[in-house]
Amino acid sequence: MMGFRAVLLRDLRLAIRQSADLALVLGFFVIAASLFPFGVGPSPDTLARIAPGVIWVLALLSVMLSLDRLFQQDLADGSLEQMALSPTPLSLVVLAKCLAHWLTTGLPLIAIAPVIGILLNLPAEGYAVLLAGLALGTPSLSLIGAVGAALSLGARRAGLLIALLVLPLYIPILIFGVTAVDAVLTSVQPTAHFLYLAAILMAAIPLAPLAAAAAVRHGVEG
Amino acid sequence: MHRFANPGQFMRVADKVLPWIVALCLPLIAAGLYFGLYASPPDFQQGETVRIMYIHVPTAFLAQGAYVVMALGSASFLIWKHPLGDLIARSAAPIGCVFCIICLVTGSLWGRPTWGTYWVWDARLTSMLILLFLYFGYLALANAFDDPARGDKPAAILALVGVVNIPLIKFSVYFFNTLHQKSTLAGDLFGAVFGEPEAAVQAENLPADLAAAAAQQGGDLPPEMLLPLMLMLAGFTLAFLALLILRLRGEFASVRLRSLRAGFRAEPRGA
Repeated sequence: MMGFRAVLLRDLRLAIRQSADLALVLGFFVIAASLFPFGVGPSPDTLARIAPGVIWVLALLSVMLSLDRLFQQDLADGSLEQMALSPTPLSLVVLAKCLAHWLTTGLPLIAIAPVIGILLNLPAEGYAVLLAGLALGTPSLSLIGAVGAALSLGARRAGLLIALLVLPLYIPILIFGVTAVDAVLTSVQPTAHFLYLAAILMAAIPLAPLAAAAAVRHGVEG
Repeated sequence: MHRFANPGQFMRVADKVLPWIVALCLPLIAAGLYFGLYASPPDFQQGETVRIMYIHVPTAFLAQGAYVVMALGSASFLIWKHPLGDLIARSAAPIGCVFCIICLVTGSLWGRPTWGTYWVWDARLTSMLILLFLYFGYLALANAFDDPARGDKPAAILALVGVVNIPLIKFSVYFFNTLHQKSTLAGDLFGAVFGEPEAAVQAENLPADLAAAAAQQGGDLPPEMLLPLMLMLAGFTLAFLALLILRLRGEFASVRLRSLRAGFRAEPRGA
């Protein structure tokens, strides 16, 4: 558990000291969202209709763009190798890194999502369910993303490769996140969608770090 | 079983079996085509378009089957470090990918006359599309490293991660409201286990005639349609095995070539 805390605090400290990275991700989130009114026309009804989907897709892409931060630097400066050699189980280290990644990417995205909701004219009753869905879904994005990031360690064009590996696996989260908001907007209970999101998260917490740790170990050795 | 994990041993057996597989597969497909295209009746609702089924169902089955083969090969590679498992997975991936594309294309050609649309975003079609993306991801990852042997383990892990999608495809027609019909072959069995939902279709998204068509679909096949379908299924499965062995031969040769080259380079010049 000490190793877990140490990695978590270290990654958080690193992320805060390099907060320009975080600003870039959030900047991408906001700027990409502001493209949609130009793309589909600024009619409030159209924007309100697509707002949940746009916010979710952009949250997905923003998380994906920040995934290389997870292992790439640590591989380059050798600290990943030290973590792999340390007595702390590597899957626990990966879990700590995922938690740090979520705290420094997912959480800020959730905080800024209401602003984008306003830009896109999201109806007032959609906010609570959108934020709850993001809170339940973005940790899974970090966890599944860690698998993709670990698998592409040392590959050519790793950034593009991560997109190809991770986006198909993100689709279920996207579906349930968006349909939860749509359900509330058409006055249906969103409980079932939340249960699906929670189930995905509960499966990802134990399984994704295992797969990612195996891939990290291979990436470090190669 | 582990005796055949030696690639050399396995290939010797596979090379002996290959001509038999080909000899069995061609007549089966020929008979399947004959019964499918001539000697079976058109569907009372769909007319002649029902014959697309004889290609669509076997390719759908094999697109998923090839992924399972890939995942099993990857698992045996990761667990027992059998190099053969990795070779099998690498060989099965492009074949499964092509079957998946054929399945999606024939499905959408079939969808146009029967559902009135080439594509709908429902559970079965979407999960099949995700399967195609998983194949793309696997092929990209397996070939993304300068040293091809470096890609083996990441690709194997990805194949195992992606396997969650397979049951999702299989049961997508039972868990969600979908336009796609229920299982063609094992309809009764799965229906009994999971409780065949009323063929409810989200009416607000679909035109009325479409919804009615979907509601009447599914169920049992008459024997004269079942026969060509089974022939085609068996024929396509054997074709898959034949292609797999041919690709395995290629992968095996390229691995040997690489190790020969590496050995050659390791020799000091002029020594």
